[in-house]
Amino acid sequence: MNTPALELRGVHKRYGVVHANRNVDLGVERQTVHALVGENGAGKSTLMKIAYGHVRADSGTVHIKGERIARHSVAQSIARKVGMVHQHFMLVGPLTVVENVVLGLEPRRRGLLDLSRATAEIVDLTGRFHLDVEPSARIEDLSVGQQQRVEILKMLWRGCDVLILDEPTAVLTPGEVRGLFETLRGLVADGMTVVLITHKLDEVLAIADRVTVMRRGEVVSEMDGKGLKADDIAHAMVGRPVLLEVDKGPAEVGSPVLEIEDLRITGARGINAVNGVDLLVRAGEIVGIAGVEGNGQKELVEAVVGLHPIDSGRIRIAGRDIAGLTVEARYRAGLAHIPEDRHDRALILDYSIKDNLILGLQRHFTGALDLLRTSAIAERADALIEKFDIRPANPDHLAVGMSGGNQQKIVVARELSRQAPKLLLCAQPTRGVDIGAIEAIHRRMIEARDQGLAVLLVSAELSELKSLSDRLCVMYKGRIVAKFDADDLAREGSLDEVGALMTGAVTAAEVSLGRAGDARSHDLAGDGADRSHSLPDPSGPAQDSADESAVSDGTVKDTVNDRMYPSEDEDEDENEEELS
Amino acid sequence: MGEFFASLFTIAFVAQTLRITVPYALAALGGVMSERSGVINIALEGILLTGAFTGAVAAYESNQYTLVGYEPNPIAAAVIAGALGGVLIAALYGLVVITFKADQIVAGVAINLLAAGLTRYLLKLLYDSASNSPEIPGFETGIFSNPVFWLVVLLAIAAYVLVWRTRWGLRLRAVGDHPEAAHTLGITVNAVRWQGVLASGALAGVGGAWLALSVRGFVENMSAGRGYIALAAVIMGSWRPQWACAACLLFGLAEAVQIKLQTYSIGVPNELTQMFPYILTMITLAGFIGRSRPPQALGQPYDSD
Repeated sequence: MNTPALELRGVHKRYGVVHANRNVDLGVERQTVHALVGENGAGKSTLMKIAYGHVRADSGTVHIKGERIARHSVAQSIARKVGMVHQHFMLVGPLTVVENVVLGLEPRRRGLLDLSRATAEIVDLTGRFHLDVEPSARIEDLSVGQQQRVEILKMLWRGCDVLILDEPTAVLTPGEVRGLFETLRGLVADGMTVVLITHKLDEVLAIADRVTVMRRGEVVSEMDGKGLKADDIAHAMVGRPVLLEVDKGPAEVGSPVLEIEDLRITGARGINAVNGVDLLVRAGEIVGIAGVEGNGQKELVEAVVGLHPIDSGRIRIAGRDIAGLTVEARYRAGLAHIPEDRHDRALILDYSIKDNLILGLQRHFTGALDLLRTSAIAERADALIEKFDIRPANPDHLAVGMSGGNQQKIVVARELSRQAPKLLLCAQPTRGVDIGAIEAIHRRMIEARDQGLAVLLVSAELSELKSLSDRLCVMYKGRIVAKFDADDLAREGSLDEVGALMTGAVTAAEVSLGRAGDARSHDLAGDGADRSHSLPDPSGPAQDSADESAVSDGTVKDTVNDRMYPSEDEDEDENEEELS
Repeated sequence: MGEFFASLFTIAFVAQTLRITVPYALAALGGVMSERSGVINIALEGILLTGAFTGAVAAYESNQYTLVGYEPNPIAAAVIAGALGGVLIAALYGLVVITFKADQIVAGVAINLLAAGLTRYLLKLLYDSASNSPEIPGFETGIFSNPVFWLVVLLAIAAYVLVWRTRWGLRLRAVGDHPEAAHTLGITVNAVRWQGVLASGALAGVGGAWLALSVRGFVENMSAGRGYIALAAVIMGSWRPQWACAACLLFGLAEAVQIKLQTYSIGVPNELTQMFPYILTMITLAGFIGRSRPPQALGQPYDSD
């Protein structure tokens, strides 16, 4: 008999008046990748925190490998080899990789920590599952992608055979996502069961064996991963048909609005972030900038806004050199800006929707004695909430409690309602935004273009760039390494070329010579055959396993199991002590 | 002047420095234990005072009676009672800030005020004096043949090993930096914090007993800001026990120099030389505070739900 690795029955969870989960049933079969999809706020994360024991349900039961868990706690999940990688990493920054991995189950020798054996075990795991990371490195010195590998290592070292990943790709570059999926496939082949929480459809199509869709706290659909189409999932998530491809007519290009000449910027660590960029965006067109994060796009955008000093070069908005202008003067010159990090730059989370809607525009809403004109602010908020479909439609609601999509709608609404904007800068406008809102934001950007705004779109999402851009530049190491016009973009395989250029895998010259066909596919949704991707040595070396807890079907490899008791030759009661 | 400098290179001066350093160091080690777990410990001042009081009472009382033919050692009694008194008041602090999640600065100041008032009240109650206890037995020998001094040295080494080399220390550091991460690995954050705060009570409490034993009695408000200086040493030592002790040694040295300056009048008013240790604290703090990084969850109560 093959009981599910993880099962939830009739789970209810309420936070105040909000039902985060309502009568949810979920079964995850062993050795599969089970995707849990839904928009932000659909209750996926809550459900998985309940499954992991981090949060306790109001009612309903959790079953791990057929065993009903009463009084569920994290320790009990760990004891039953269930691990979770949280969206916000649970790593202690000043500690090393090894220390983070062993935390909670520390091996000891003569009363002191014994990290040397754990280090050897971690090195072994990193080699076997392509989780390259240096065990003695401090967490705070690692990149986000490396930190995620540490999170996975933490769970593998504990011997987990069920791994829950909450939005694991949100912070990764396309290359890192590929590496992660490769690792996950290797792990599943090795006996692991994976639950993947995500709202990115291409990822679901690329890796999921089974898909459960949640909406407003309930499971609305469960589907088989094979032969699934993005439209089906999107429909189930949003509850109505969604246009994944935006309709747009040909661009009616006007005069130049943003002109950048030979721009050079020194970045945060003294390196040349932007290294001689020329760029032209004209009224009525969307120019996309593709690039893996950290290739100078951020500095480029911030230089135009005035948030980052430039070394040399010229930036003109509507023919006017903006060097020396304050940020506010640049906005008055016709700039509108959707920043990359809305929490850091665009919103004050503790402010209400209506107050966020006038941030930076507050001068236009003051009257006698510099008092704010509350009625005008409220009127404007009502109008924009309706026009941009911001939910909840309550102008006094605080931004902090809203979904990413609705927060972003506040930003878009504010920026597009400036007086006579000419240039719209959008940096990663749909990051962390659910599909329904993505559709709306994309539509607004096209509208802005059709009204004659010049739009510069910086994004790492190839599908977004493709569906919106009239022209596209690829940025790599501070330079624009290739430009694509509308005809180039329409060509078959153009996205693969862009992807290869972004990672520096090929150069523009090679692309034009037609050699880009060799470039590795970046289209995650591309090809089911990718799934057979094998890792070296997926079965693990033969072991003299004295492990009584091996799972009956034998698919869970002893290599994983024997890490459950890293100190088993020490005192027996030690593990009990940890897990009680 | 020459005489003054010569006096700095004597065993007596080294002993003096160490004598002054001991209570600082114990309180600072306590501060490290508590703050590494994420709990700010302004209450060190009150814990020192409480430990001094319970230590003095124990030394005095144990000297009065014979227990079933056995004469208790008043110094040992003072050390144990100092630790217990410290643990008791630290437990009250822990209850307020860990269990009830009150603001740690405000609660710490409240504990200090409470300790000052409570010791004065009990002093009146027990010995009918508002300012000091009756004379108690104190240290008879020089510092290097004083077993309590060597106990303190041992405690300092133990604290170092505990924080850096043991499971408990790793968990202590983890809950102070990222309690949620520790929680997801099955560690009970607030239990570890309780242990850190109680350990700080025991250590600083012994420091208080040392104060009372050094002057052979309890004097009202005798901690005299040492808890705050110890806290400064914790920050200067970037929350590392070994460096915090080194910082305490520096303060001890400064104070010993200051005392010497008073005996060898060198033409500077005493009021000015007395400020020396505190000015040194301010200067070093101004230099160090930017560079040393506190545990990231310091001062934030953890809600385990």
